[in-house]
Amino acid sequence: MSALLRTSDLSLAYQGRTVLRGVNFTLNPGEIVTIVGPNGSGKSSLLRALIGALTPVRGKITRKRGLKIGYVPQSLVIDPTLPLTVGRFLNLPRRIGAAQVAEALQEAGVPDLADHQMTALSGGQFQRVLLARALLSAPELLILDEATQGLDQPGAAGFYRQIEAVRRQKGCAVLMVSHDLHVVMAASDRVLCLNGHICCEGTPEIVASAPEYRALFGTGTQGALALYRHEHSHSHGPDCDHSHEAAE
Amino acid sequence: MLGDFLVRAALAGLGVAIAAAPLGCFVVWRRMAYFGDATSHAAILGVALALAIDLPIFGGVLVIALLMALLLSLLTGRGVGSDALLGVLAHAALAFGLVAVSFLPNVRVDLLSYLVGDILAVSKGDLLIIWGGALAVLGLVAWRWSALLSSTLSPDMARASDVDPKREQLVLTLALAITVAVAIKVVGALLIAALLIIPAAAARPLARAPETMAVIAALIGAASALGGLLVSFALDTPTGPTIVSLAAVIFASTQTMRALQR
Repeated sequence: MSALLRTSDLSLAYQGRTVLRGVNFTLNPGEIVTIVGPNGSGKSSLLRALIGALTPVRGKITRKRGLKIGYVPQSLVIDPTLPLTVGRFLNLPRRIGAAQVAEALQEAGVPDLADHQMTALSGGQFQRVLLARALLSAPELLILDEATQGLDQPGAAGFYRQIEAVRRQKGCAVLMVSHDLHVVMAASDRVLCLNGHICCEGTPEIVASAPEYRALFGTGTQGALALYRHEHSHSHGPDCDHSHEAAE
Repeated sequence: MLGDFLVRAALAGLGVAIAAAPLGCFVVWRRMAYFGDATSHAAILGVALALAIDLPIFGGVLVIALLMALLLSLLTGRGVGSDALLGVLAHAALAFGLVAVSFLPNVRVDLLSYLVGDILAVSKGDLLIIWGGALAVLGLVAWRWSALLSSTLSPDMARASDVDPKREQLVLTLALAITVAVAIKVVGALLIAALLIIPAAAARPLARAPETMAVIAALIGAASALGGLLVSFALDTPTGPTIVSLAAVIFASTQTMRALQR
């Protein structure tokens, strides 16, 4: 199958400072790719460039023709002076109707929230509503920028399980930036380690044992990863009677 | 009927209030209060320009307000410490405007009318301009409503849904400049921003959706304009400030109402 998107020799600048250079990266249909890296390593800039919000200073981005992207931002601050129900929020910028709103909320794991005010939601509910919004366009690619920031650990784990469920149902590719290294890396097909350029990439095991990665994050995280893989390395058949929640 | 100055004043007030309210909602939601202040204070500079080169006041104010708003968009969009910057520009624009006007002969007497408005002197021609501008602003905001709302929530998310937040910012900038130009005669440069912000803020506790907030804000603005006109006529107070005072009283009462309901 052809790639969903591809960058060649991509360089990005943020406020006049080059944050990322020479990125060659290909994303294939259906895969989960996680981007890790220290603060200021260009993770968010890369995502913003991929959705078209940041113009590259060099190189280019090729998207599959008509590629539909669902984007879940890092955070969204809604001014308390703006009255907005979840239902109305999901109808922006285009009207889509109540049935589709209900379906998207269901898929994101927060049914029955349509009439709540956005500013009255809990952190976990809010992120799921953002996920529901991203799912509305029936995306082939879901992009998440540190979508679990501000959630506690069970909240974040629950959110990633939701993402995995969505990927299973929809078969869309997922590209995400995250700080929750052990949780996220275990769920990924491929990990991209950034620090101004691509330090290393590959399966979670390869990246976790790469010297570049250890230099950035130390060896501690590898232990956490191994522990997690231990619980999750097996695959479930269709008649499976337990879920990963039990393991956590 | 349009021969009566009170009727003309009422229509002028209504036009400005109805156009300013929905736009004012965006000013409030996007935290652009100082932005509105700076743009409207620059109107005095526009008055000076218009008088100096013999342009209609409306034209001069429109041009300067538009330039100011564009300059502000450019500067604040680049992460410059925007709170202080807007504060500096808002007051600098007013000060430079006042200084510029003082250079012109024969306008010193009129200065107060540009600062606090002169709604009772609105002519039929003014009325035409005010309603033309008001309808343009209303049309612009209604047309771009969903896109404006999306880019207000999150520029990046708007971008991912094919809405260009920069273009929407320009739409707001243009609407703001037109509003300032048509409102200077009604409430004056000092209080235009009040007419944007206060009705919108007063409408907030009464609304559960952005659209209702805009409609309620327009109603509150209209009520303030008409009520303010009557009160100022009865008490012989300056009309522009009376309109804004009434809007502020309505704001205080809706806020109190909400506090009591909790």
